[in-house]
Amino acid sequence: MQGSSLLSFAIWVPIVAGFAVLTTGSDRHAGVARMVALAGAILGFLVTVPLYVAFDTSAAGFQFVQLKPWIEAFNVNYHLGIDGISLLLILLNSFTTILVVIAGWQVIQERVAQYMAAFLFLSGFMNGVFAALDGLLFYVFFEATLIPMFVVIGIWGGPNRVYAALKFFLYTLLGSLLALIALIYLYNASGGSFSLADWYQLPLTLDEQILIFLAFFAAFAVKVPMWPVHTWLPDAHVEAPTGGSVVLAAIMLKLGGYGFLRLSLPIVPDASQHLAGFVIALSLVAVVYIGLVALVQSDMKKLIAYSSISHMGFVTLGIFIFNPQGIEGAVIQMVSHGFISGAMFLCVGVLYDRLHSRQIADYGGVVNRMPVFAALFMLFAMANSGLPATSGFVGEFMVIMGAVKVNFWYAFAAATTLIFGAAYTLWMYKRVVFGPIANDRVAHLQDINLREFIVLGVLAIAVLWMGIYPAPFADVLHVSVDELIAHVMQSKIPAP
Amino acid sequence: MEFILPLWPAFPELFLLLAVSVILIADLFIKDENRIVTYGLTQAALVGCIFITWMWATREPVYTFSGMFVDDLMADVLKLLVLLSVMLVLAYSRPYLASRGMFRGEFFALILFATLGMMIMISANHLLVLYLGLELMMLSLYSLVALQRDSATATEAAMKYFVLGALASGMLLYGMSMIYGATGTLEITELAQLIAEGSTSDLNTVLVFGLVFVVAGIGFELGVVPFHMWVPDVYQGSPNPVALFVSSVPKLAGFAIIVRLLAQGLGSEQLIAEWQQMLLVMAVLSIVIGNVTAIVQTNLKRMLAYSTISHMGFVLLGVLAGDENGLSAAMFYMVVYVLTNLGAFGMILLLSRSGFEADNLEDFKGLNQRSPWYAFMMLLIMFSMVGIPPTVGFYAKLAVLQALLNAGFLGVAVVAVVFSVVGAFYYLRLVKLMYFDAPEDTAPLAPSADVKVLMSLNGGAMLFFGIVPQPLMALCLYSIQASI
Repeated sequence: MQGSSLLSFAIWVPIVAGFAVLTTGSDRHAGVARMVALAGAILGFLVTVPLYVAFDTSAAGFQFVQLKPWIEAFNVNYHLGIDGISLLLILLNSFTTILVVIAGWQVIQERVAQYMAAFLFLSGFMNGVFAALDGLLFYVFFEATLIPMFVVIGIWGGPNRVYAALKFFLYTLLGSLLALIALIYLYNASGGSFSLADWYQLPLTLDEQILIFLAFFAAFAVKVPMWPVHTWLPDAHVEAPTGGSVVLAAIMLKLGGYGFLRLSLPIVPDASQHLAGFVIALSLVAVVYIGLVALVQSDMKKLIAYSSISHMGFVTLGIFIFNPQGIEGAVIQMVSHGFISGAMFLCVGVLYDRLHSRQIADYGGVVNRMPVFAALFMLFAMANSGLPATSGFVGEFMVIMGAVKVNFWYAFAAATTLIFGAAYTLWMYKRVVFGPIANDRVAHLQDINLREFIVLGVLAIAVLWMGIYPAPFADVLHVSVDELIAHVMQSKIPAP
Repeated sequence: MEFILPLWPAFPELFLLLAVSVILIADLFIKDENRIVTYGLTQAALVGCIFITWMWATREPVYTFSGMFVDDLMADVLKLLVLLSVMLVLAYSRPYLASRGMFRGEFFALILFATLGMMIMISANHLLVLYLGLELMMLSLYSLVALQRDSATATEAAMKYFVLGALASGMLLYGMSMIYGATGTLEITELAQLIAEGSTSDLNTVLVFGLVFVVAGIGFELGVVPFHMWVPDVYQGSPNPVALFVSSVPKLAGFAIIVRLLAQGLGSEQLIAEWQQMLLVMAVLSIVIGNVTAIVQTNLKRMLAYSTISHMGFVLLGVLAGDENGLSAAMFYMVVYVLTNLGAFGMILLLSRSGFEADNLEDFKGLNQRSPWYAFMMLLIMFSMVGIPPTVGFYAKLAVLQALLNAGFLGVAVVAVVFSVVGAFYYLRLVKLMYFDAPEDTAPLAPSADVKVLMSLNGGAMLFFGIVPQPLMALCLYSIQASI
């Protein structure tokens, strides 16, 4: 197929750029490092644009396929290809990387080259996860993302960064190693193949499927994160630097949702349906309970972290109700959450850079000093609460619609988020932005500069565009999602 | 003379013996300030030996010395790896030795004798030859550990090593005598043949009895639980270059005797079932105890010792799968371990300077600020030890787990994986010290040019073989297939 190395570019351009940034060396050349990183990130995004332009929305199956033998001893191939679901996530990832590089422009003054390089590596690795069609390749990229994120949290994080970095790493490592066992089991069961396409066709008994499902679940549920294995996320978010939080919330959490769609559902469809009730229950707990937990947070970053968990509950709910609205809604929600949570963390970052506090109580009356910022922050807060005409509404609405078809009470419980989400987000917004000027430090705040305005402005456009005219996002999904659902509905249990 | 022909399969060993004798004598006439000549001669001898091994490498097994000695692909590959590792050990050690007044002829002679012992072990096709090789290696190692006469810890470590080592050799020898009693032969290929024919079936108890002692001897050699007590003390007590040597190269020879004794000699289906059980217990205990104990260590050498114990557990997991697939996975794991371990100990040597041993975890604090490049190399080495892609350590774990699942040990695989997460903690702690903490010691690092290059190659190999693992994996697979 034409243009089949495009995906390789999407993966390797950021990684090569990362090495290029590293070669600039010490902080004496920080300016050069920033420019190289920005160039790398923009180039990395530009090479993904042709993917969208040339994507055939009517074709089933994977596009831009690239297949090369990699490790013959294990029959592992360098096998890339995308469908509509991966396409959106790759674009989101490459886009976010640019914003992260710009967001760290002035804030990061120490070891700039390493900071920028870590994010470029991350970007490449995550594109690799979204593009991999080989089980082991998927796993290699999936795990490789841990290293840069560990370093980012640990070096540029807050006071409790070491604890947060280790917790993040070990939590996710345990989950993914169990998934590795499942991958090896599938390799043996399929007679020595790591190809996802082979695994999709592999008949498996229900018992086998359930064990494999649980192993995958350990990896992806931790990554999403689902209640009750979510506890690493608030720690990681609070301690991570702004850029780290943005990438973590906007992209890394999506690896979990994507893993469910790419591995769990098609490889073990019967177990997925068998255990759907369990997953839906956990998702609803996340939506409702974590929503309430978010309400009582006094730390802004923690509040957004809990709100992320709650929103990701929608994603898992949408995936496991097995209808087109649900799954499309889930993917849209992932992309939209990428924009919104990224923007929310950037907003908190803007405040943190000025006052070095994330406590809601330290703020108040910010609007008097930062009107432009307050307006943008307002938009993102509204989007986070799911206001119609913002992207936050589209995904949630689709998932709720899908859920009604399955069970009214699922939809009812999920819909409570429209109340809780609005409550915790807007209440925080009110306390931080409105009211009289709380203290001297707030009185001396400066409004956002051009660089911050560009970053937030671009995200604002994305959020509004996706809310008002979501068709360009939804169109690429239809065929892929229909195909996925058709596959999931076929039992893989071998006839006795 | 017919019985020792053909002679060429033993050329590498003969050459090394000749070379070490020459070096030993030549060293007598070299003044202390020219000791670098001895070093050069030693490296030259190793290069020559590599060349000879390479030139006379063989695909098909060739037996000589009346079948007591074998040269096959596995032997050639392992010997080349041993020789290369020894060269690396010497290069890493040179600055350290020079600054400690240990830059003397004995060190090089003993290292070469130990190397010769390992090469003999690797090529042994006879229980006594194997034992002779082992003893040559062990006696050299004991003396190496005790090389710093004035150091109390080194002397204690050497005593401990010697007493326990002698005990283990005794057990191995006792096991061999039982096997001889049951089969009437000491030749490994003949042994396998007799067992396969079933001519020993009425003496099976004696055979299994002997097997138990052989396994215990091997267990000591690798340092797996419950024969691991010497490992932390010896690693911590010996001078850093010796610790570097003891912890890495002999493991390759240890793997060779596993293949020769267990897979080739006692590899009948019924005996596999016997040793599988023993290895299973040893492997699981090693992984559990090694990883858990390593967490509380503050001395880096001791921590690496416990980490070695757990890695050897992983090697045994590969072996106990019992087939070619498992053995090649174990060999791959072992090669990767040696490469990674050389890097880790090499870094300790690199950070040490005269009057200062960088063997505490604390000494790595803030390395990223002192030297981002070496910190990055150590980061790669540590992540390879954890087994995180894209470093080569991941594929080693993958290969072993695959072999294990293929043989149906699902539960064991889960235990191994859970405890490697425990293990991840202490490797990450070192990364934390290097990257997240401020340096306490700001002395500039000024390694010599050769160490610089080799260290970079060693660290880079973690990444290189992580991105292209195929050649190394295929090499292990072919050499096992050609030799079993």
